[in-house]
Amino acid sequence: MAESSGEYIQHHLTNLTYGRHPDGTWGFAANQQEAADMGFVAINVDSMGWAVALGLLFCIVFRIAASRATAGVPGRLQNAVEMLVDFIDDTVSSIFNHRNEIIAPLALTIFVWVFLMNLMDLVPVDWIPQLAHALGVPFMKVVPTTDPNVTMGMALTVFALILFYSVREKGPVGFLKELAFHPFPKILAPINFILEGVTLLAKPLSLGLRLFGNLYAGEMIFILIALMYSGWMIGVFGGVLQWAWAVFHVLIITLQAFIFAVLTVVYLAQAYEVEEEH
Amino acid sequence: MNITATLLAQSVVFLIFVWFCHRFIWPFLRQAMRERQKTIADGLEAAEQAQKDLELAQERADAKLREAREEARQIVDQARGQATQMIEQARAEAREEGERLKQAAAAEVEQDVNRVKEALRAQVAALAVQGAERILSASIDRRRHSELLDRLAGEL
Repeated sequence: MAESSGEYIQHHLTNLTYGRHPDGTWGFAANQQEAADMGFVAINVDSMGWAVALGLLFCIVFRIAASRATAGVPGRLQNAVEMLVDFIDDTVSSIFNHRNEIIAPLALTIFVWVFLMNLMDLVPVDWIPQLAHALGVPFMKVVPTTDPNVTMGMALTVFALILFYSVREKGPVGFLKELAFHPFPKILAPINFILEGVTLLAKPLSLGLRLFGNLYAGEMIFILIALMYSGWMIGVFGGVLQWAWAVFHVLIITLQAFIFAVLTVVYLAQAYEVEEEH
Repeated sequence: MNITATLLAQSVVFLIFVWFCHRFIWPFLRQAMRERQKTIADGLEAAEQAQKDLELAQERADAKLREAREEARQIVDQARGQATQMIEQARAEAREEGERLKQAAAAEVEQDVNRVKEALRAQVAALAVQGAERILSASIDRRRHSELLDRLAGEL
């Protein structure tokens, strides 16, 4: 390992960013400073690439299962897919009691997609970056959910859906009334508004940051364990640690995907529910 | 780790995937699952019905069998009764026949006895007349004394 530990970690945490340099030219950022200088007009090619690829994987596999789906004896793929669909359908129908055809597919997409993106965390941290390095790509972050842009992008979309359904179900006035006349009496409307506003804003923030935080921390620990592969004895110890952490991580990635999906459904169910005035 | 346009790109991609799932994946899978659920439910119901039918048929067969056995028993009983009756009848007839034969024989014997008696009586009468003739020689007119002789023969 030629680079220092700090550089190694830094390297693993840097996205492959494409964007507009301050001088007006377009190109990949050579380091974190250049990426920071690009500001908002930049895109994390690695995060987006893996996210889209995994999303397509989900779409294609499930589409194959869906197009082959028959009422007859199901095959292996259909069985697996239907188990997931049934699981999500049960979960959604136990939380969301209104008529909305989009909620269940939304939950399925979130669960499977987020799970797949989290799953990339179990690929040993050096494999794909080293391969990319050999191919001349300087940075490669393979776990999209360790990129706050990805998790917050999804959380903000969910937030937009919350606002959309709140306004659609209650009307703009009804939605504002709910924010202002709750939980205290009408006289304290400004306080209510602040409280409810914070509650509302906390939803997407917690949703996105929870997923990001869990996966970022998990990835960080994998990187730190990978640092141990320098000596023989400590390397074996590192291998055991990595295995143990990976086993534990299987639980975390599944749980986080499930939490994201379920909380989305819960928030949307709340958007439908008319709370009583005080 | 900056907030960049990746945020927006991810949102758009997310919505596209959700739309795709909603449009091309979810309905087909749910449809197939619902149909299979119905098929299985129908199959189970049919099996239950068949089971019930089978039980019913078994019961009916058992009843038929019992009936047939009962009927057979009745026929045998009847036949046995008939046979007894026939034997009884035959026995009675035989007894009657025997009785009749015995009576006929007795009557015949009596008849014979009577005939013999008659013959004997006639012979005795003839012998008596002969005897008397011999004793009285020709002094007695046969025609005149025939009444007397007849009475004599009747007393024998």
